[in-house]
Amino acid sequence: MAAITAFSPRTVPAVLRHRAVHKLALLVLAAAVLVPLATARWTGGAWPEALTVDLTSPLTKASTWIVDNRDTHPLFLYFFGHVSNAIVLSVRAVYLVLLAAGWAGVTALSALVAWRVAGLRLALGTVAAFLTCGLLGMWVPTMQTLALMVVAVAASVVVGALLGLAGGLSDRLNKALRPVLDTMQVLPAYAYLLPVVLVFGMGVPAAVLATVVYAAPPMARLTALGLRGADHEVLEAVRSLGATARQRLLTARIPLARKELLLGLNQTIMMALSMAVIASVIGAGGLGDRVYQALASVDVGAALAAGIPIVLLAVVLDRVTGAAGSGSTSSSETRRSGWPYALVAALAIAVAARLMGRLDWPDAWTVGIAEPVNRAVDWMTDHLYSGVPVIGGTADWAAHFTTWVLNPLRDGLTWLPWWSVLLVVAALAWLIGTWQTALTAVLSMAAIGVLGVWTPALDTLSQVLAAVAVTLVIGFATGIAAARSDRLERALRPVLDVFQTMPQFVYLIPVVALFGVGRAPAVAAAVVYALPAVVRITTQGLRQVDPAAMESSSSLGATSWQQLRQVQLPLARPALLLAVNQGVVLVLAVVIIGGLVGGGALGYDVVFGLAQGDLATGLVAGAAIVCLGLMLDRVTQPTERRTKKGA
Amino acid sequence: MRVRTTAAVASLVLLTGCGAADMTKQASPFANAQGAKTVTLSVQSWVGAQANVAVAQYLLEHELGYRVDTVQVDEVPAWDALSQGRVDAILEDWGHPEQEQRYVDDKKTITRGGELGVTGHIGWYVPTYFAEQHPDVTSWKNLDKYADLMRTAESGGKGQLMDGSPSYVTNDKALVTNLDLDYQVVFAGSEAAQITQIKQFAKEKKPFLTYWYAPQWLFKKVPMTEVKLPAYREGCDADPAKVACAYPHTPLEKYLNSDFARSGGKAAAFLKKFRWTTEDQNEVSLMIADQKLTPEQAAKKWVEGHESTWRTWLS
Repeated sequence: MAAITAFSPRTVPAVLRHRAVHKLALLVLAAAVLVPLATARWTGGAWPEALTVDLTSPLTKASTWIVDNRDTHPLFLYFFGHVSNAIVLSVRAVYLVLLAAGWAGVTALSALVAWRVAGLRLALGTVAAFLTCGLLGMWVPTMQTLALMVVAVAASVVVGALLGLAGGLSDRLNKALRPVLDTMQVLPAYAYLLPVVLVFGMGVPAAVLATVVYAAPPMARLTALGLRGADHEVLEAVRSLGATARQRLLTARIPLARKELLLGLNQTIMMALSMAVIASVIGAGGLGDRVYQALASVDVGAALAAGIPIVLLAVVLDRVTGAAGSGSTSSSETRRSGWPYALVAALAIAVAARLMGRLDWPDAWTVGIAEPVNRAVDWMTDHLYSGVPVIGGTADWAAHFTTWVLNPLRDGLTWLPWWSVLLVVAALAWLIGTWQTALTAVLSMAAIGVLGVWTPALDTLSQVLAAVAVTLVIGFATGIAAARSDRLERALRPVLDVFQTMPQFVYLIPVVALFGVGRAPAVAAAVVYALPAVVRITTQGLRQVDPAAMESSSSLGATSWQQLRQVQLPLARPALLLAVNQGVVLVLAVVIIGGLVGGGALGYDVVFGLAQGDLATGLVAGAAIVCLGLMLDRVTQPTERRTKKGA
Repeated sequence: MRVRTTAAVASLVLLTGCGAADMTKQASPFANAQGAKTVTLSVQSWVGAQANVAVAQYLLEHELGYRVDTVQVDEVPAWDALSQGRVDAILEDWGHPEQEQRYVDDKKTITRGGELGVTGHIGWYVPTYFAEQHPDVTSWKNLDKYADLMRTAESGGKGQLMDGSPSYVTNDKALVTNLDLDYQVVFAGSEAAQITQIKQFAKEKKPFLTYWYAPQWLFKKVPMTEVKLPAYREGCDADPAKVACAYPHTPLEKYLNSDFARSGGKAAAFLKKFRWTTEDQNEVSLMIADQKLTPEQAAKKWVEGHESTWRTWLS
């Protein structure tokens, strides 16, 4: 996983306080002028009716027009039709190649690639991962997902690298692209689905395109970053040798940016995988579809059987591309010499399996894990749901959480006059960032009101706030503990890896079994999903605190509690802020999916829009989610954004 | 093999590279792999639909030698996918007049495939253990009396009427308003979530009021009694905002993609003849959802016991 580097230098607290007061005073002044005006014109606490724009009828018209003209209009016949056709053909080609290679061939080939790139241990891990996919009876869906992924990742890398190249070479383009890419990375995956469905209909083309849109930004960002970060002295030296701009790019800048490029590839693959699963909602097929189908019949075991291959694929791809990026000990000469042998060996295995007629994974070699898992889940719900002495059951907790936390929070937010919500947003965003971020935050919040979904958006916001609070309390506590104990950190690492790569869907059903239907399970799923990132960033931040500062404080006789509170936490402040920002973004992504388990609000509207083909409702809710995500990100984003892993 | 595939793909790309590309005629990339004849069936999220598909799939694969792909799509988008040929057939449709008009009558991209043989009915249900203690709850007029008992954290001060997936046909919000009931519609968000919640209520013998439909296997696990709403008359649900009557009894229909219906060979003929009863469907559903058999095992069991039924579909 990506390292957090280059913390911005800390501002002197006194100056900060001074500037904060300054900013607040300005805001109060602005409020004193604007608020009386606003209240005089539009009374009432909710967003004024006069300031909304109803998009339902134009959107419905647009969607009807598209359905009616999809098979006749030139735009579709000569442009979208070809895009869609190309995607179908390439996915199909990859899929046929994978099937033709057979399970032995695919496994051998991947293992050999892993061996050459990342060493023997990862190669063994790759073999184990692929064999597990087969053992779980998931070979064909795994290949379908893999085929879709290969095409989506290839397209994302091309698009991302081109954008990154443009951004890396031209300052003006970089300025224009940066905010767009930054924004795309904080948006919940779910919001991307509707627009592509509108144009392409359900199916693989829409799924691939949504995946590309979602996964290309990190590649573009990191390419631009790598090209811009090239050592000036090296470039100067190359220039003095008389190299043309093109030669400089090819021989110096791109090779120097290798590390960033590979990190970009790594992140693109991870994001593509998470999207490929969510895209099962719009007919992507493959593993995601199996998870989705299993959840429909409350079959946690079957969902897990399809979820495990996803996690394994994710871990293998992450480690192999990660190892390629960091480069390893043995010299590249010996590596290159191994390739031909490796290739021949892989081909031999593939051909041997083919001759033996063992192309499809043999049915007899599958292990059913669904039943024992379901029994375990049943036991859990039987014994924990309610009536547990003293502490009460999980259902009681959920009810209390809803009644005592979620309801007051939601009612409080909706009770607040709309202009005061905008003011709070402005104050928070300005205090932590610049006036630009504050302006973006306020405008996006206002856009939610204009779209006419103010109340549901505040409902979603209340769930996000509650989930973030819980996540931060648990996450910081765990992070601090892990930073102080190596053993705990080592024990946590694989757990965090797995939790971070699990498809969000898989979390939904166990939380329903434990907490019932409603907003509480949505919040619970969000907490579980966001925790790993928060724990990881906190631990890393605390561990990166200058050892000298730690040493000197302990020589002054500080207890370990004092040391934590007065040295480590203040010094790790940037990391903690980043953890908050990540927590908020990840929580929002899952609270939206919580619409599937009774979370209501904006998430439900999107699910409804997809399910009923009512794109007007879905798109408006999707746009509101985008605005909400933008606002939350800006409000929690410290001045300088860093390279980081997206959701 | 690999070379041949690449060459084939390359020539296809060249062939289609110029000229029009109608994406409403593009099949799923996973169909017909390795020269097998493939049928793609739409599975809706409820288990009854899974039962239809499981049995059809089993027979297509074992008796007719097809390879079957299934895709889970919600009801309305499934119509769109069917018209585009991304799926070949929907085996259980609960009535979508607007889509029927658009795709079957106007665009003619979808063909009717005949009745499934099962009649569906949507309604409001309370658990039978509760209805036995309070027999008058089964009329909508007395529902307000019990609103207090049906209250949950999500429904605020009112009673909870639990609805399921947003994709299902429902008039419940309008019904609650128009019948002036002291209830709040709470959407579980998916059928899975709704079933889990109903089972939890039933385990504790708590009262609840839920949107539900028959035929459904859950009735065997949690017996439920229907609450009578004002009787259904033809056309009383024409205006979605003014509905104040019960849901109709709908004979469930099959629909086929028009191209598939014409040139789908034995598979299309088989799917048109596929017709069974509510009991048959429930038998398979119960094996899938309750005994946790895989759909394939359940289908196999049913097929072994009912040869006389399915033989007629193949002729």
